[in-house]
Amino acid sequence: MEFKFTEENLTRIEQEVKKYPERKPAVMAALYLAQEQNGYISNEVIKEVADVLGITAEDVLGVVTFYTMYHQKPMGKFHLQVCTNVSCMLRGGYEIWDQVKDKFGIENLGITEDQNFSLEEVECMGSCGTAPMIAVNEDYYENLTNEKVEEILESLKSTN
Amino acid sequence: MEKILLPDIENLHLIDVYISNGGYEAAKKAFTQTSDDIIDQVKKSGLRGRGGAAFSAGLKWSFMPKTTDKPKYLCVNGDESEPGSFKDRQIFEINPHQMIEGTIITCYAIGAKTAYVYIRGEYHKWIRLLQKAIDDAYEKGFIGKKMKETFNTDFQCDIYIHKGAGAYICGEESSLMNSLEGKRGYPRVKPPFPAQNGLWGCPTTINNVETIANVPKIIEKGWEWFSKIGHPKHPGTLLFGVSGHVNKPGVYELPTGTLLTDIIYKYAGGVPNDKKILCVIPGGTSMPPLRGDKLEGVKMDAESLKEAESAIGTGGVIVMDEDTDLVKVLARIAHFYHHESCGQCTPCREGTGWLEKILKRILAGNGSTSDLELLITVANQIEGNTICALGEAAAWPVKYMVERFRYYFEARVNDEVSLPIANKVHSMRETSYPLADVKK
Ligand SMILES: Cc1cc2nc3c(=O)[nH]c(=O)nc-3n(C[C@H](O)[C@H](O)[C@H](O)COP(=O)(O)O)c2cc1C
Ligand code: SF4
Ligand code: FES
Repeated sequence: MEFKFTEENLTRIEQEVKKYPERKPAVMAALYLAQEQNGYISNEVIKEVADVLGITAEDVLGVVTFYTMYHQKPMGKFHLQVCTNVSCMLRGGYEIWDQVKDKFGIENLGITEDQNFSLEEVECMGSCGTAPMIAVNEDYYENLTNEKVEEILESLKSTN
Repeated sequence: MEKILLPDIENLHLIDVYISNGGYEAAKKAFTQTSDDIIDQVKKSGLRGRGGAAFSAGLKWSFMPKTTDKPKYLCVNGDESEPGSFKDRQIFEINPHQMIEGTIITCYAIGAKTAYVYIRGEYHKWIRLLQKAIDDAYEKGFIGKKMKETFNTDFQCDIYIHKGAGAYICGEESSLMNSLEGKRGYPRVKPPFPAQNGLWGCPTTINNVETIANVPKIIEKGWEWFSKIGHPKHPGTLLFGVSGHVNKPGVYELPTGTLLTDIIYKYAGGVPNDKKILCVIPGGTSMPPLRGDKLEGVKMDAESLKEAESAIGTGGVIVMDEDTDLVKVLARIAHFYHHESCGQCTPCREGTGWLEKILKRILAGNGSTSDLELLITVANQIEGNTICALGEAAAWPVKYMVERFRYYFEARVNDEVSLPIANKVHSMRETSYPLADVKK
């Protein structure tokens, strides 16, 4: 599918470019904008980002594959990120992980059929002191219990 | 005890509140002095880096060349991805202007006209909070073109946020610079060091968020005042992030040299159900773990922890009670480093995979005593043979955990414990841990 940045996003990319002495460093911000606009990073997105910044598609692909937050396939409307690293694990991170997996019947990096929920097991998110935690898209939910998780997931379901 | 970084002042994150509490006065004072004077004061204050290595901040700044045609840069490291570390986000949230003011003073000291604050991508919220604070500081003329009038100086600098995208390795300073340049975040071979050849080949200084946030207070109250707080060889306060099996997890600002047992029992409320402690990782998962029966008298500063054969790292204290499955914990740690290895060096790429594989084998009940030797051998082969310190970060926890808890691992590989019982790193349901006391 073809991909072109919206005018608004092109303006935002130019604002990012101004932070740096060259255009290339804006690639990370441009990829975030593209992912927001397109839902995921497709080959067409990579080409467009490369064209806009005047770098090669290989440069862009190299960046996409290095970082975990760029997705090369569509993720759910709600992307659930469950931390299972040590501090979370010590306070029940894996229980939350199992709970979410069971609820939606999906595995790591899986997505529900209606495309509303996707799931990712993530590394330490910096919420160790308020563990266990889940991030839903950009928002952190901390100090969780199984009951609270159930509440959060149900309320997300009903906002669909 | 006075708090330097997170004082109890309501709404301190608002620029007007920060200013009415003496904010940006340190920057004004700094601009009446020479940059060499500033570096000298920070050196004498004894301020050491809070990002893991505890290197003298003033000394690092003095490595920046005085005469160069190239632009100079400051990177403020807010990647904060070491498991067990959650302190820098408190600064972004509670006292962002002190970090911004510290950035301005540091830029002036090292002659950098541009500073980038590199923040991990997952911290969307804290990026927005810091951006708002930066925007407000521009508006008031503390950053950018208006600095000339505000501070009556010829100096001018800009501060930008660079958002990461999920890669622990980008907290390593040379990886951070590659990431900032829009490349894959591969660590660089050193030398050359960043002060000679950093961002875009230009002289660059990298400091942790917490390090930088200390600077305004040192300038305001004087290096002597700072040097007298806590341990004389590692002065100041630290933001200790306490997590795991404690009643009150959270970030506690305390002087360096505070007893580890005081942090756990006095401040973090002790261990739920008064259980004994099996193991404590004192400074984030990369640091050598300590045995629960050897915590008496251990002080939390770089020098004392070296004596205790561990390291201060990021001050992230992870507490594990007597019922914790250490094999499961160590296997999870090994998985983390394997996942985060950038793959450039064979010993790290392959070694971290081996460590994970062997530990998973032991976890599954299929380990043997020779696996314990193998873990230590593999860890030793990684250590010292890699481009960056992720190698050590992966090797240390394995090597020291297996060495220090030998009896525990032996019992496990010799089937002396029942697996279903051992494998239960207990969770909330079994122990009903009280929830963290979140300070808003
Ligand atoms: C694998 C690895 C990850 C690191 N992550 C961070 C980090 O997230 N934040 C940080 O400040 N320093 C991190 N460091 C340390 C930095 O390389 C660097 O020493 C530090 O930012 C310097 O600042 P300081 O002198 O103020 O501590 C990391 C180092 C390694 C080897
Ligand atoms: S030690 Fe590991 S993380 Fe560091 S450069 Fe080598 S492979 Fe990459
Ligand atoms: S271990 Fe889960 S947030 Fe740190």
